[in-house]
Amino acid sequence: MPEFAVPLLAGAVTLATPLVFAAVGEIIMEKSGVLNIALEGTMLVAALAAAFVTYFTASPAAGLAAGVAAAVLFGLLFALFAVGIQADQIVTGTAMNIFALGLTGVLYRSLFGFSGTRLAVAGFQPWPLPFLKDIPVIGTVFFSQNVLVYAALVLTLLVAAALKRTRTGLYLQAAGENPQGAEVAGISVYRLRLLAIMTGSALCGLGGVFLVLVEGNTFVEGMTAGRGFIALAIVILARWQPVRALVVALVFGLASALQFQAQAIGIDVPYQLFLALPYVLTILFAMLVGRANVPAALAKPYIKE
Amino acid sequence: MIDFRKALLRAAPALGRGALSFVVALALVALLTTWAGYDAGVLFHTLFAGAAGDGYRISESLLRSIPLVFTGLAVVVSFRAGLWNIGADGQFLAGAMAGTFVALHWNGMAQVLMLPAMFVAAWVAGAFWGWIAVWIRVRREVNEVITTIMLNLIAVQILAWLVHGPLQEQAGAYPQSDAVPAAARLPVLFAGLRLHAGAIIAVVAALLLWLLLFRFAIGLRLRAVGHNPRAARFARVALERYRILAMLLAGALAATGGIVEVSGVTGRLYENLSPGYGFTAIAVALIARLHPIGVLPAAVLFGALDTAARALERDLGVSPVFADIVQAQVILIIILLETPAIRTRLQRALAGVQARMPFRGGEHA
Repeated sequence: MPEFAVPLLAGAVTLATPLVFAAVGEIIMEKSGVLNIALEGTMLVAALAAAFVTYFTASPAAGLAAGVAAAVLFGLLFALFAVGIQADQIVTGTAMNIFALGLTGVLYRSLFGFSGTRLAVAGFQPWPLPFLKDIPVIGTVFFSQNVLVYAALVLTLLVAAALKRTRTGLYLQAAGENPQGAEVAGISVYRLRLLAIMTGSALCGLGGVFLVLVEGNTFVEGMTAGRGFIALAIVILARWQPVRALVVALVFGLASALQFQAQAIGIDVPYQLFLALPYVLTILFAMLVGRANVPAALAKPYIKE
Repeated sequence: MIDFRKALLRAAPALGRGALSFVVALALVALLTTWAGYDAGVLFHTLFAGAAGDGYRISESLLRSIPLVFTGLAVVVSFRAGLWNIGADGQFLAGAMAGTFVALHWNGMAQVLMLPAMFVAAWVAGAFWGWIAVWIRVRREVNEVITTIMLNLIAVQILAWLVHGPLQEQAGAYPQSDAVPAAARLPVLFAGLRLHAGAIIAVVAALLLWLLLFRFAIGLRLRAVGHNPRAARFARVALERYRILAMLLAGALAATGGIVEVSGVTGRLYENLSPGYGFTAIAVALIARLHPIGVLPAAVLFGALDTAARALERDLGVSPVFADIVQAQVILIIILLETPAIRTRLQRALAGVQARMPFRGGEHA
């Protein structure tokens, strides 16, 4: 394996991690029948909260907790509309994205001023796993990362198992496939969707936290830069399966890493077209495959009789 | 004859709810700013002076509202047909790109034909961008929400590529296209102000869409498809045909906004040509109660808010994304007002007022 390949792959894993968090979070929500397109907003809110708390406490762990808490609160506001009053999920999600962009922008300026200097916050350091880190290539690529990368791997597997093997997971899918039937069977669709939104938002929030505490060590207005939308694309391409979402995210991560590398060594690729790739793939996939595996009640508000 | 007075009176309660949500959103902002220790009086004074302080500011506010009218109408026609078109932004950009491309490659053909050709190119591009999403919806049963979002992002990247590559200015200094020739520009309405003839096109477009939706059978069927697809199918309306039609119209409308923006204001393409007009358009369409004529005042409201937000940045150092907070609040408050339980209470409260009106408030139009 050529010398540059290992850092390239490690970089791909770093770039993929926030996408994994957001995509797996979205899978949980969509499986319960809730289409939350406000991933971008959820990540932004979590990112600002993480940056703010880490800046003042110098503790990335406290920042992480704050980021997740902010994401869950944001998710609760979404749930208030999407579940609480059965509002349209698309319109609510659009509003929430706009809201997050405005809120984080205004708050960031009033908290940190507009001096032009970058805000610098402490972050998570790499934490190589004993023994595993010594495996050639894989050890460096996957197991010499920081704790949030490991969390993404473990949580993906956990969510996949929970959806398939636990009672709550199956009920959740019932709420997304046939809410009326689920309700008849004694399942509370509202409660399950609320649970899904909170868990999904928390995961998505981890993606935002990652951007601040690992990738950037700073906060920038609008720093999610479309990652929430790429995550929506990943969910479709992965056909609502967490492990596949992990794989697709890694492929996208590798593509971005390759594109950075190409730019760095001066190969002239039209990188804008490269950036459009995930979206073009999703469109092509939708054209060719159609609605395979879509939860039947996705984006339909459930109104109890 | 079309009875405008009657139509207006029928639309009044719905428009009233739209206006109410805007007022509530601003009141919330006032509360929050006061709570955060700012002076709400100064804030609103700056907002108002920034949006309508003098003729120039009024012209700027109206200027900003023109792209919102077109994208707002695009959202109206697609939402009316039951399609969640989040893609007005991409359709706007598709129109701007295609129209500018034509203007920059006109090469000595008859000058008078340049503008019409630009508009036609924009319509084709915008309608095509909308068609992709609706084709996937109709033939592959994939919801248009995600596909229109993806098409927005693709359009943004194509635009970025164009202004860094094939369409970059000859000077090569900035990521922008060359300026379009003078014959490709829309005239300004008043000397010294930037407000241009696109404003008239916007008003005409709103009137035409209103006529189509509310005075022609084709519009009635289009609305029926959105309002109650099952009933429409029983009445032998070809759902798919009307969904496609709605999306082609939406694409062409948003694209008109794109080419009008280039032709009337910027004169060239650059990356941030749309600061999210297609998303603000959703707020515009909702506050207009999905009514084409209502889109006009709603767009002016948000155009003014945007101009005001820039004054806010200049004078008070508040981030211009402040306007986003108000937009989002407006959408959320409208959703709240539409909630059956809340709406019933509101209607009861308004019943006394409505009883004194010559025509009862109808649901739509």
